[in-house]
Amino acid sequence: MKLTLDIWRQKDSASEGHFETYEVDDLDPGMSVLEMFDRLNEHLILEGKEPVTFESDCRESICGCCGVTIDGHPHGPTPHMTTCMQRLRQFTDGQRLRIEPLRAGAYPVVQDLMVDRSGLDRIIAAGGNVDVDAGSAPDAEALPVEHATVEKALDFAVCIGCGACVAACPNGAAMLFTGAKLLHLSLLPMPKIERNRRAERMVAAMEGEFGACSLYGECSAVCPEEIPLTAVAAVQHERLGALLARKL
Amino acid sequence: MSEETAFQAPATCVPGVKLGDILDSKIPDGDPATAWLRRRTGYATVSPANRKKFTVVVIGTGLSGAGAAAALGELGFNVHSFCFQGSARRAHSVAAQGGVNAARARKLDSDSLNRYVIDVVKGGDFRSREAEAYRLGIESVRLIDHMNAIGAPFAREYGGSLATRSFGGVQVSRTYYTRGQTGQQLEISAYQALMRQVQAGTVKLHPHTEMMDLIMEDGACRGVVVRDLFTGKLYAQPAHAVIICTGGYGTIYYLSTYAMGSNASAIWRAHRHGAYFAGPSLIQFHPTCLPVTSPYQSKTILMSESLRNDARVWVPKKKDDPRPPEQIPPEERDYYLETRYPAYGNLVPRDVASRNGKERVDAGYGVGPLKNAVYLDVTDAVKQLGAKVVTERYSNLLQMYRQTIGEEPLEVPMRISPNTHYTMGGLWVDFDLMTNISGLFCGGEANYAYHGANRLGANSLLSTSVDGWFTLPFSIPNFLAPRLSETLPAMNDACVLDAVDRTKARVEALTSIHGTRTSTDFHRRLGDILFEECGLVRSKESLTKGIKAIQELRAEFWDDLKLPGEGEGVNQALEKAGRVADFLELGELMCVDALDREESCGAHYRVEHTEGGESLRDDDHWMFTSAWQTQAPSAFDGNPQMSFTRHMEPLEYKNVHVARRNYK
Repeated sequence: MKLTLDIWRQKDSASEGHFETYEVDDLDPGMSVLEMFDRLNEHLILEGKEPVTFESDCRESICGCCGVTIDGHPHGPTPHMTTCMQRLRQFTDGQRLRIEPLRAGAYPVVQDLMVDRSGLDRIIAAGGNVDVDAGSAPDAEALPVEHATVEKALDFAVCIGCGACVAACPNGAAMLFTGAKLLHLSLLPMPKIERNRRAERMVAAMEGEFGACSLYGECSAVCPEEIPLTAVAAVQHERLGALLARKL
Repeated sequence: MSEETAFQAPATCVPGVKLGDILDSKIPDGDPATAWLRRRTGYATVSPANRKKFTVVVIGTGLSGAGAAAALGELGFNVHSFCFQGSARRAHSVAAQGGVNAARARKLDSDSLNRYVIDVVKGGDFRSREAEAYRLGIESVRLIDHMNAIGAPFAREYGGSLATRSFGGVQVSRTYYTRGQTGQQLEISAYQALMRQVQAGTVKLHPHTEMMDLIMEDGACRGVVVRDLFTGKLYAQPAHAVIICTGGYGTIYYLSTYAMGSNASAIWRAHRHGAYFAGPSLIQFHPTCLPVTSPYQSKTILMSESLRNDARVWVPKKKDDPRPPEQIPPEERDYYLETRYPAYGNLVPRDVASRNGKERVDAGYGVGPLKNAVYLDVTDAVKQLGAKVVTERYSNLLQMYRQTIGEEPLEVPMRISPNTHYTMGGLWVDFDLMTNISGLFCGGEANYAYHGANRLGANSLLSTSVDGWFTLPFSIPNFLAPRLSETLPAMNDACVLDAVDRTKARVEALTSIHGTRTSTDFHRRLGDILFEECGLVRSKESLTKGIKAIQELRAEFWDDLKLPGEGEGVNQALEKAGRVADFLELGELMCVDALDREESCGAHYRVEHTEGGESLRDDDHWMFTSAWQTQAPSAFDGNPQMSFTRHMEPLEYKNVHVARRNYK
C-alpha cells in the first residue's frame, strides 16, 4: 500500500510552518497512522533528513497523548477514534492525505505535529480536583452512591484529555472538556461538596485561555470517548448554580 | 530459615559473576503481620514549619509518582515533580484495566488480611517479602477510601455499596474496579490531586522533562539532572531526597503492552551509580495480547484475560494447516490447555497459558499470517449463550479486536499471542522503599517489591498506589528528619557540575557516532534476542547465546548508530537512542540474572529445572532475592565491558506455609 502525505512542518512556535510532501510505500493496511509515521521517520533519518515530530505514548487510546488532524478531521476520518487507533485500511491505495497538528489558538505548535496542550492542565489545576488530603477520607462504604449515578459520572470521567474537542471547535472552546470534569465531580458525594467553588474557578481558567461556545457540537462529534453535549450544557448549569449560591 | 541458620549463598555458573553481601531489608524483627505498623509508628517526623525547607524530587507522575508528590505536597514539603509526557495525566498507569485489590474483607466469602497475604506470597512463588504483603493489605483499606473521596467513581451495587469482582484466579471477591478502566480513573484522580498541589504552590511541575542523571556526593543522591524535551536544555535540580517512580521496563522487548515512552533509563542511571537491581529477569508475559500482524508493528494491545472465562484456546492439530479456522472440524483442533490442565483448563494462570501458547507456536502449529498466534475462540460461547450475551460481557474487547484486526470475533476465532506485560524486577529497595544509595528512593513498578517472581492480578494498581500515597509520605519524612542542617548543593558545586558534564558527554557521544542504523532498528533486534533467549522459556544455552548476542549488538550500536540533529530543541530520536542505549546494558544483566538463577520460579522458567513439564523451585538454595551490582567503565565510551556482583537478601516465611503451585 502506498500513500502520499502532505505533512505540516514547523521548527518551533516562533517559526512559520509549511507543508512538505512525502511518498510512503510498503505500507500494510493493518498499520495505524502512527506506525505509518514511524515508518516515514525511519526513512527520513536514514536519508539524513529531520524526522517528523509527533506525540504518542500508550497507542491504545487511553493516554490522550496522540492527536493530529487528517484531511481536516481531528484524530482522523473515522469518528470517535484516537489517531493511534486509526488504521490505514480506511484509506485507498495511492490516496493523498493532509496531515496537520491539532489546531487551536490555545495550542501553540511545539514542533511539526506536536502542540502544547498545557492550558487543559491549568483548568484542572484551577479547580478540577477535590480538597481532601491523603488519609483523611471517610469510609467509602459510609457514602453510598446509586449505581446509576456512578455509571453516569463515569460517562464523563472517561475523558482522556486529548483535547481534540478544542481543535474541532471553530472557536477553540474547551467547554466539553471542562463540562465533563464538572459533571464527573458534581455527581459524586465528596467531590460534590465544593461544586460551586469548583465551577467558578474552572470556568474562569477556561475563559482565560480558550474560546467561547457557539453550540456547533463539533467537539462531541470527534470525542474518542463519545462524551455527550450535555457536558457543554453543564458548564452553564454549574456556573449559574454557583452564581445563585453566591446571591443567596 | 531461622535466624540461627547461616545463609549459604549458592555458587554461580555465570563466568565473571562475583558473590557479594547479604542485604538487610530493615524489616523489624518479629511477626511480619505487625512489622509495618511497628515501623510506621516508629518513624521520625518533621515539624510542619520545617517541611518547606526540604526539597524532594519525584521522577514520574504515574500512580506512585503523582501520589507521592501530591501527598508530600499536602504535608508541606517543597516538591519538584518531573514527567516526560506533556501532561502529568498521561503516565501509563492509565492503561491498567482490571481493577485494584483491597483486603477490606467486608463480604462473607471468608476473605481476610491473612488470606490476602497468602494469595500475594503464593502468587509471587515465594520470592517476595511477607511483611510487605501485609503492608499492601493493611494500607489497601484506606487507599480505596482515599481514591473514592478524590474522584475515582468505583463501581457500585444497586444498593449503593462498593462492588467487587473476583480476579486473577483467587477464590474471593476483593477487586474494586471502574468498568474496564480502573487504572485510568485512579491515575486521573491522582493527577488531579497533584495539580491541586501545583496550584497551592507546594509542587513545582516539570512536564516534558526526562531525568538524565543523578547528582551524587560522597555516595549519596543529592538531586537530578534533567533534559527539557521541548528545548533540549539540560538543568540540575538539587534535592534532599529523590524518588524514582518511572514504571516498568517491558519495552526492552520492543513489542510489549507498555507505552512507547516507557523506559528503564532513570533506574538504569541509578543502577550505574551503584543502586542494586533486583530480579531483572522476572518479567510477566500476558497470554491474551493482540497478535503481531506486520513487521512494522510498534506495540501490542492487551485484551483483558476475562475473555478466557468464555473463550476456548486452540490450534490446529495439523502443522501448517492452510484452512481458515471455521473450516477446521472440532476433532482436528487441539484444545491444548483443556487437555493438559483438566482442572483449570483455559483459566490457568498467565505464565502457564503464555508458555503453552509459545510452545505450540514454536512447534509449528501457530496460526495467522505470520504463524505466530493461537486461536481464542468465542464462537462456541456464541452458539451456547447467544451473540447478545457474549457481546454484553465483552463488548469493548470485541470492538477493540474488530478495530485493530478488522475481523468479526463473533464469527471468526480471534488470534492472540503472549507479550510482555509487567516487570517484577526493578531497583532493590528496603522496607522504607529506599535503595542502597542514601537519599534515593524508588516506588511503583520501577522497584522490586511485593510481587516476587510473579505478580497477582489487580495487585499492580494497589502496590503502586500504596507506595505513593501511604508508604513514601511516611518514610521520606523519617529520612529527612535528622537532616535539617544539611544544605542543598549549589549550582556551581562540583557534584552538580560533574553530573551536568556527564550528561552532556553522553548526549555528545550519542550524536557523534554518525553511523547507518536507527535506534529503532537496534531496539527491534534487541527485542528479538530477548524474546527468544530470555523470554517465556529460558535455558543455559539460550541465555549464554543471548549474552553474547547483546554484547555484539551493543558494540554495533556504539559504532553504527545514526541520529538526526544535535542535542538542541526537540529531538525524539535522541530520546529514543538514550533509552535504547540503556536497554542494551540492562538486557545483558537480565540474561545474567536468568542464567545465574538455577531454578524455575514464577515467570522464570528454566527448561533444566522442571518436573513433568512444570516449574520446579529450589527453595533449599534459591529462596532469596538477587540484587545485582554492575561495574563498568563509563557507558558512552564504546561498548562497556560490564561485570556483575550478586548481592543477596534471604527470604523467610513465618505465617504463610511454603508450597508448590499445581494446576493439573
